[in-house]
Amino acid sequence: MTTTIEELATPDVTPGPRSTPRPRRRKVASYSIFRVVMLTLVVLTFLAPLVWMVLASFKTNVDIYNPAAALVFTPTLGNYETVFGQANYLQYIFNSFWIGFASTVLSLVLGLPAAYSMSRFVMKKSAGLVLMARVIPGVSLLVPWYFIFSNLKLVGGYEVLILSHMFVALPLIVFIMMSFFDSLPVELEEQAQVDGLTPIGAFLRIALPLSVPGVATAGILSFIFSWNNFMFALVLSGSKTKTLPVAIFDFVAYASIDWGGLMAAAVVITVPIMVIALFTQKYIVSGLTAGATKG
Amino acid sequence: MTTVINRQRNGRSSFSQWANKHRKWVLAAPAMLFVALLIAFPVGWTLYLSFTDASGSVRAPADFIGLENYASVLTDTDRFWPAVGRTVLFTGGALLFEMILGMCIALLLWRPFRGEKWVRIAILLPLVATPVAVGMMWRLIFDPQMGFANQLLSWFGLPPQPWLSGQESALTTLIFVDIWQWTPMVVLILLAGLTSLSDEPDEASRVDGANAWQRFWYITFPLVMPTFITAILLRGIDALKTFDILYATKGKGGGSFNEVETLNVYAYGLSFDYNKYGQSSTVLILFFMMIIGCIWLLTARKKRSES
Repeated sequence: MTTTIEELATPDVTPGPRSTPRPRRRKVASYSIFRVVMLTLVVLTFLAPLVWMVLASFKTNVDIYNPAAALVFTPTLGNYETVFGQANYLQYIFNSFWIGFASTVLSLVLGLPAAYSMSRFVMKKSAGLVLMARVIPGVSLLVPWYFIFSNLKLVGGYEVLILSHMFVALPLIVFIMMSFFDSLPVELEEQAQVDGLTPIGAFLRIALPLSVPGVATAGILSFIFSWNNFMFALVLSGSKTKTLPVAIFDFVAYASIDWGGLMAAAVVITVPIMVIALFTQKYIVSGLTAGATKG
Repeated sequence: MTTVINRQRNGRSSFSQWANKHRKWVLAAPAMLFVALLIAFPVGWTLYLSFTDASGSVRAPADFIGLENYASVLTDTDRFWPAVGRTVLFTGGALLFEMILGMCIALLLWRPFRGEKWVRIAILLPLVATPVAVGMMWRLIFDPQMGFANQLLSWFGLPPQPWLSGQESALTTLIFVDIWQWTPMVVLILLAGLTSLSDEPDEASRVDGANAWQRFWYITFPLVMPTFITAILLRGIDALKTFDILYATKGKGGGSFNEVETLNVYAYGLSFDYNKYGQSSTVLILFFMMIIGCIWLLTARKKRSES
């Protein structure tokens, strides 16, 4: 990984001063215009569908069907009343949040020491085993889990959902934290051991506190992945423990789709994640690209 | 000073000494155990199930039937091979466009500019949005009667399309949705690769009079190649396993004509709609081997480009 600790501690999105001013002014100017136009197009393509979704969530179903009311309409909160009233979304928001939070914390507890050990002792094979989990199709785990947990009568409980979401979170955390610990100079811990700390003490009191930016990166991403996860909850959740991505199907289960309610539900699911992403952008980017440039 | 250390040393329990001596495994073991119990063991079980006729209730006894499942799945031209075809088509199509567009956008973003932060946020939003909700959003936009997509076509005088509801067009439309959501991932990875490059080769070729395309094709692209292959690898694995947007837009079995049924959707349906666990395990093992094969090919290629 090319990112150093300093960069992660004070993340900086700009790649720094790079190109020297070019002599060919006109060419540069025409490229800038081209670049602005293209970037505007890119931003529009990525944002327009999301804006459309948000607009539809404030429309009555009559307005959704009316092309003339595409942009000019009387906003209504009716869809949100359905989502939080009839559809009982507060319960599902709690479910998603609790499962995401618990699976992230537990995965950090298991994953941080493991990532540290794998980084310091260069355990390539063990790391490979944990990372295999990123490759395995989720369905191939669901069948045996379903066998075991339904025989234990655990299907539908929070425990099973938290465990299954840890399957995504743990490899992710190990992956991100391994490249983070790789970039952490080992001399600091050696110095601490000279001063009387045990090796495990050096990990707990020196390496961990220095890894807060890395832990934040791993934790935020693991929470987002849990929040967005659909397939595990689809099989393993019960009517009381449904997560948001499963609950949204209540709006399409009937003969006709309640488009307004569906879009309001989609907004309720995606907006919290997007707000988190707005404030933690640098961490998310560094986590998603962790190890990608290492080779 | 020395007395303090000595007292600390003596005060340490034998457990602490043992733990520190074997810290390599003490630290790694809990996670390894979790992986073994919840991941390696289930995979082994799936392998075992693929040789049995397990079906119906999860408590029903299953008989060992050897390679029978493999024979019946591999000769199934009705559901299995079309699903393989769709998986390859979906992954290949999505990957091709995501890599090309991702490279273009990464190059646009490469050098610093004003408002960079806002463009990056716009690119990040599709990436973090919940795939199921994204599927629902596109369902509304691609609705043939009232969707914005057909409205947009009519402004340009083009005929309306069936999009997701068409038997032919559904998979292509879903490839588009995948491109919309995951191109940002490729952009971020390639951008990380580009910003880690040194300026010197680029500057040198500029002095030598190379034009922008030559500089990209002969200098920048080969240099960023290892990152490019990593991006293909990461994105490709996820694209092969796509499930959420397919299920959210087309429901069980990839629509009423199985028009978007990929291997993952097929295996899910076999397990949880038809309860044919043995057969589904066979499909999964074959799918898994296919994924491993792709990874092996790409890592071999990557090693070659690095040397």
